[in-house]
Amino acid sequence: MVEIIISVFLVFMVIGALIALETTDLLSSVISIGAVGFALSICFLLVGAPDIAITQMVVEVLSLVILIRATIRHDLTTIDGDRDFFGLMATLALIFALLLLGLPAFLSLPPFGTPAMSQMMESPARHYLSGGLRETGAANIVASVILDYRAYDTLGEATVLFTSILGALAILRVYSRKKKS
Amino acid sequence: MNQNKQPGMSLIVQTVARWLKGFIFLYGVYIIFYGHLSPGGGFAGGVIVASTFVLLTLAFGKERSLGKLGKLLASELDSLGALMFLLIAVLGIAWGRIFFLNFIEKAVPTGNFKLFSAGIIPLCNVAIGIKVAASLFMIFIILAVIRVQEVKGRRRLVTTEKRRKE
Amino acid sequence: MIYAMCFILFLIGLYGATCKKNIVKIILGLVVMEYAVNLFLVLQGWRKNGQAPILDGRTNLEEFAARAVDPVPQALVLTSIVIGLGILSLMVAIAIRLYERYGTFDVTEMKRLKG
Repeated sequence: MVEIIISVFLVFMVIGALIALETTDLLSSVISIGAVGFALSICFLLVGAPDIAITQMVVEVLSLVILIRATIRHDLTTIDGDRDFFGLMATLALIFALLLLGLPAFLSLPPFGTPAMSQMMESPARHYLSGGLRETGAANIVASVILDYRAYDTLGEATVLFTSILGALAILRVYSRKKKS
Repeated sequence: MNQNKQPGMSLIVQTVARWLKGFIFLYGVYIIFYGHLSPGGGFAGGVIVASTFVLLTLAFGKERSLGKLGKLLASELDSLGALMFLLIAVLGIAWGRIFFLNFIEKAVPTGNFKLFSAGIIPLCNVAIGIKVAASLFMIFIILAVIRVQEVKGRRRLVTTEKRRKE
Repeated sequence: MIYAMCFILFLIGLYGATCKKNIVKIILGLVVMEYAVNLFLVLQGWRKNGQAPILDGRTNLEEFAARAVDPVPQALVLTSIVIGLGILSLMVAIAIRLYERYGTFDVTEMKRLKG
């Protein structure tokens, strides 16, 4: 049942992504990306990940605001069309070859509904699920994973976020240094 | 965009934003503090708290929002969150020679499924929440005050923020 | 089947990032690729008739461990989403800088004007 619903949402997301990439108006393409993101949030909710669903939803709202606020105002002249014909055909052929090569790998994965931890006797996920409450005291196992068992990941994430914000601030610096010498 | 006399959006948006801002902020803080018991956590709650200030900026114009949380204060809060997270990690070394040791005693005194039950996890959630909220608000305010304008025949990046005297 | 559709969504993002001229469309293509990868990772952890990995006071612990979905991909994706917002803002900043330099969002124009 969940599989069918997620398939429907995936078809919706594919159509939304195609519309977002093909339409000429930048505002409507940004809004289509927003629709894709909210469908993604519902998919997360269906597969038992309410943490990620909340985060995806609020991040989607904020990224839409950033995109609309920062890019739409500048340039309303529509730039449609693709690159030159030969390059476009070469790229499309490459993507098609990637599709043909990648599909067997994806179809040979274990069927939907059997996670990797159910096939191994000893896996970290099993340990987290059965001992997480006793060892960390957190009822939300995802929180105990990101902030206790794998807190290094979160430290690295904080570093990456800090660095990207720093990069954006440095790129958009307006005031030039006073010319002293 | 907001060059007319009254900055921001229309009266309806301003009234609704005035009513809702406290509730949104409170919801974000709730999500941060109860991240170890219910869905949520520092990341989601931090983005919700940041979106409160984004709503204020969009509804009332940037002067009022910058009056509540300036850019300098936002960058300081950003660093404060990161340093708080690192300090908690280093305290683990001081306590038991392990980085990120969960050194606070678990499930005492209230038992599981209570607010103070998970050792350092709520503290880490607060640190992450402060950091994410401050940095996302800072990037929004930077992207909001900057625009490209024609100045003397050349395109320049200009800011609409008043420069502070140094 | 669902995994293959995630792959198709990824390829659509790749098409947008490689074939489009408008720089905003390129950014949107990268965003679509990120969505596809996140969804694929989370779908990996789903277990049939599973439940969210969040305990309440009533469920038995063994039964919970036998039914809950895999928490590790969720933890990875949770950090990756917020990083995605930071990367998006960085890309938008670069796009604004390029607009200030060249006066257009068109990538081929930028290549010609480089001079």
